[in-house]
Amino acid sequence: MKRLAMPLLALILLLLPLVLPNMYYYDLVIRMTINAVIVLGLNLLIGFAGQISLGHAGFFGIGAYASAVLPTHFGWHPVAALLAGAVATALLAALVAKPIFRLHGHYLAMATLGLGIIIAIVIRNETGYTGGPDGMAVPPLAIFGHEISGEREWYWVFAANLLLSVWFCRNLMDSPFGRALRALHGSEVAAQVVGVDLARYKMAIFVFSAFFASIMGSLTAHYVGFITPNVADFFHSIELVTMVVVGGMASVFGSVVGAVLLTALPQALAAFDGWETVAFGAILMLFMIFLPRGLVPTLAARFGRGE
Amino acid sequence: MSAQFLQLLFSGITVGATYALAALGFTLIYNASNVINFAQGEFIMLGGMLTVFFIHTGLPMPLAVALAIVLPAGVGILIEKLAIQPAKGAEVVALIIITIGASLLIRGLAQVFFGKGSFGLEPFSSHAPIDIGGAVLLPQSLWVLAVTALVVVMLWLFFSRTVMGKAIRATSCNPLAAQLVGIDVHWVLLLSYALSAALGAIGGILLTPLTMTSYDVGIMLGLKGFVAAVVGGLGSGLGAVLGGLLVGIIEAMSAGYLSSAYKDAVPFVLIFIILFFLPRGLMGAKATERV
Repeated sequence: MKRLAMPLLALILLLLPLVLPNMYYYDLVIRMTINAVIVLGLNLLIGFAGQISLGHAGFFGIGAYASAVLPTHFGWHPVAALLAGAVATALLAALVAKPIFRLHGHYLAMATLGLGIIIAIVIRNETGYTGGPDGMAVPPLAIFGHEISGEREWYWVFAANLLLSVWFCRNLMDSPFGRALRALHGSEVAAQVVGVDLARYKMAIFVFSAFFASIMGSLTAHYVGFITPNVADFFHSIELVTMVVVGGMASVFGSVVGAVLLTALPQALAAFDGWETVAFGAILMLFMIFLPRGLVPTLAARFGRGE
Repeated sequence: MSAQFLQLLFSGITVGATYALAALGFTLIYNASNVINFAQGEFIMLGGMLTVFFIHTGLPMPLAVALAIVLPAGVGILIEKLAIQPAKGAEVVALIIITIGASLLIRGLAQVFFGKGSFGLEPFSSHAPIDIGGAVLLPQSLWVLAVTALVVVMLWLFFSRTVMGKAIRATSCNPLAAQLVGIDVHWVLLLSYALSAALGAIGGILLTPLTMTSYDVGIMLGLKGFVAAVVGGLGSGLGAVLGGLLVGIIEAMSAGYLSSAYKDAVPFVLIFIILFFLPRGLMGAKATERV
């Protein structure tokens, strides 16, 4: 079953266009795949390093605005802008995390929360570059002279991107790095005893997941074509954490399931102003209390195999 | 001292007093259960919003205020009983996520029931500003400071003079030992949540006549209270009060002298400085590690 999961995901992604009735559903599925990739990265951090980031929307925002601002105001090629955004995000994450992982306790939660809010405030206030609260248009992404446009084309880009990311994460888990992570997940003290440098591994994974989020921010900005500071908001960070919690911590496919379910939820609740927040709050609490391992690992355990 | 400086100092101390109350709330719960309660800010919001609501329904001011303190305290107890208690023994990350969930739930319900509007409150006494050295001090600021001071003194008496307060302190030092000498640890937890919610609500009520309130003020105020608790050294009561005042003053000064647009970013920059250079905060002398 575990070996079948990858081909199954590929098959679903391949066949989906046959059943998607219109562009609205294309858009919904694209958003699901975008969130799934970010959640994959975030899940490594929450599930394996046991640390929580409340500022991932900020990293997403840096990527999105790098892809909007650099080509528009400085004439950069979109690909260069995407890479610059991702590298800048990784550096920022490393800079912030370095002193924090030497401390015990949950200082990362607060530090990332503060960082996310600062990023959102900067985006809102630097009106000259970002258009402030009104947002700004993003130039299209052209690779090898071909401009990616329309939901259908973007669907294949994001589907491939998701498959690659899942494949990458699963391989990562089986690498020495991944084994060290799993050891860390099992028992930090035991991992330390056999020579895993906790702070270094936690930091690596934090930087890596921030990098992931920034790239997805860039791609999303190009896909949507117009971005507002809301992408970097605290609530967006919480949405991402909720996806990890619902799908299942430390589970690659849990990330995908969580992203799919919780991307669909706001659409279903769109008519009820305010209830969306209530629903996310209730889901977070109920899952953490009654199903702390999340959907996929719990189901997997029920059918007699560990993820 | 220029009038502008004095003016900024007044507004900084006033807002800082609210942060101090929120920070005390964080500290109480952190000491009692080692949980960082991300729903603390929502108690501040509830305090202000409920007062406005009850006054609109025609209740006299004192009764409205009393209800706006008691109800959030009840919500605090509910959170402990329904969410924290059942997840007992869960990892810290799980507990953090639960309190975030609680905060979303409260904020969402407030949005549904009170709407998205902003609400104000009449000042507790006169409108007439007091002129001190060219700066203007609103009577409401005096109310904020006086009530905060009163609350801090009462808390200090409670924790140093009463059996109940000493039981809470004993539990925060060592829950097992406290249990062994006959302290009902669970009851202490409930009391801590109720007290901390009440503290937040008082802050919210005091601040509303000065700054207005709406369903979403809790996030920022709560986070700033949290920054104040960290600045003061998480777990220290005196630190929480000093941290609150400090955060308020620094925020007001940078709004006045640097940039008002980046006012809200200041506390979060501060938290980085503290985490990088002074991870135990100003008053957090305790070097012991909670495992």
